[in-house]
Amino acid sequence: MPDEKSELDKTPAKALSAAPAATTVSPTPPSPPTSPKPAPAAAKPAAPAAAPKPAPVAWESELVASLKRQYGTGIREASIYLTDEYLVVDKSIVFDVLTRMRDDEHFDYCVDVTAVHWPKREEQFDVVYILYSFAKNERVRIETTIKDGEKVRSAFSLWPTADWLEREVFDMFGIEFTEHPGLKRILLPEGWTGYPLRKDYGIRQQDQAWVKANIGIESGQ
Amino acid sequence: MSATSEFKQLEIPENTFLDSNEMILNMGPQHPSTHGVLRVILKLDGEKVLGTECVIGYLHRGVEKIAENRTYVQFNPYVDRMDYVAAVSNGLGYCESVEKLINVEAPPRAQFLRVILAELNRLASHQVWLGTHALDIGAITPLFYTFRDREMVLAIFEKYCGARLTTHAFRIGGCIYEAYDGFEKDVIAYCDFVGPKIDEYESLLTGNRIWIQRTKGVGILNAADCKALGVTGPVLRAAGVKWDLRKAQPYAAYDQVEFDIPTAENGDTFDRYMVRIAEMRQSVQILRQAVEKLPAGPTMAKVPKVLKPPAGRIYHSIEAPKGELGYFIVSDGSTQPYRVRVRPPSFVNLQALDKMVRGALIADVVAVIGTLDIVLGEVDR
Repeated sequence: MPDEKSELDKTPAKALSAAPAATTVSPTPPSPPTSPKPAPAAAKPAAPAAAPKPAPVAWESELVASLKRQYGTGIREASIYLTDEYLVVDKSIVFDVLTRMRDDEHFDYCVDVTAVHWPKREEQFDVVYILYSFAKNERVRIETTIKDGEKVRSAFSLWPTADWLEREVFDMFGIEFTEHPGLKRILLPEGWTGYPLRKDYGIRQQDQAWVKANIGIESGQ
Repeated sequence: MSATSEFKQLEIPENTFLDSNEMILNMGPQHPSTHGVLRVILKLDGEKVLGTECVIGYLHRGVEKIAENRTYVQFNPYVDRMDYVAAVSNGLGYCESVEKLINVEAPPRAQFLRVILAELNRLASHQVWLGTHALDIGAITPLFYTFRDREMVLAIFEKYCGARLTTHAFRIGGCIYEAYDGFEKDVIAYCDFVGPKIDEYESLLTGNRIWIQRTKGVGILNAADCKALGVTGPVLRAAGVKWDLRKAQPYAAYDQVEFDIPTAENGDTFDRYMVRIAEMRQSVQILRQAVEKLPAGPTMAKVPKVLKPPAGRIYHSIEAPKGELGYFIVSDGSTQPYRVRVRPPSFVNLQALDKMVRGALIADVVAVIGTLDIVLGEVDR
């Protein structure tokens, strides 16, 4: 889609250079969540705005303090960004943290499990869990980072809903979950090769061999 | 798929087929009761269901991949194609999520317009659900009644934005269209019209002995199971959990209107039916209030022509007619989203099917698929 992009970017050519180099690091948002309408500001004087770029606010609470006491540097980040509370934890403790969240902190509803691919990073994938507590009416996001090929322990034993959600992550990103009851593709057919939501998978790309063998046509496009 | 390979592996048993009790039956993907292209592999002992496996993905269009290759504004119409029965809710969730990401709030008039259109769409969605669900169970008349009445909602949508189903009614920052002349009158006329119609649906079904036999005690899902399986929306409320995102974490103008959250206790198909009927009445109540309170003023906030949200990631969710619809958006500071994850209620709710039909009869599978109120466009995305 480069043509569309260039056309849209014509108007404020300057603003483009301001794009933060944050593509490979965890996000550092440049505007505080309180200002009423930062929209025009974001479009025009964006270029030199790098200096006062506020990071997400540190999330301080009983929960975070006790987690930090228990896991120390395993809790890499605990922040609030635009009212979203989130934790970035080391992959070695992510299952323990999830277990604790469910058992001790009443996060009894696993809203979503998903992933984000950052091909330039050494740890290519973010695995993201979104949890909700009915008792507290709170939502928290727990993230971890893994390398390509590394496996994550399935959250199925904590929340059965993770079954399909993790299958979809496997289907789209190729991230494997250990101790999952039946990890296989869910939206794509089983013989398919490639993981479409990885960034190196083109938008028009598909498994030509599969299409030819199963549908009997040269291309599905 | 495993079933096909299982078919191939099947060898003729030593004696006869009649000796083996278990049978594998393939339901769908082309089956009228599956509400689209859903394939369910049933493991049966006679009429009794021993287990199921859903095969989905027939409608997979790669919505999340498309999002990464479009700008924030360009992607907006695509979300309508997920749950096409409640397209307005999809658009509402997406626009609100991007607004959260760029830290813009839609003006009050837009907030109320959004509530009105979203509630109209909730009514339309529940009407489609009721008509098709009743049809699956064997009552044909409700389908004609509900589709006839839904037509009025679609007419309002058409007059408002030119489209009936995939409306693209909202834009990031508000509503691009001002309400047309007579919009309020049309909505109130619809409220006056549909109130008695809901009674009419009830008179066809609620006390109907066949309906009760086919739905009471069928497909029970209790509150603990709902939470464990991530099931939300009317299914959760029918199990006795008084939880609705419109109240729990109000968005748009839902904190400025009064309404109840209908719940039930048993979590069976009949209760889910009662909850949805009650929800329709609540929607009518919300509509009347929202029209009355509809403030004057602009409908669009100031949003830059070229949207470049600051790098960051947010999750935002709304109460769609089918449950919690969430968007997890990652921005890298460019004009295109780095990643958009849709948390579809239908997909997660469908996962409960196996739990709900184990030990039931084949006919109940049809009833349970209907009562889950899934839309395959959203399941497969």
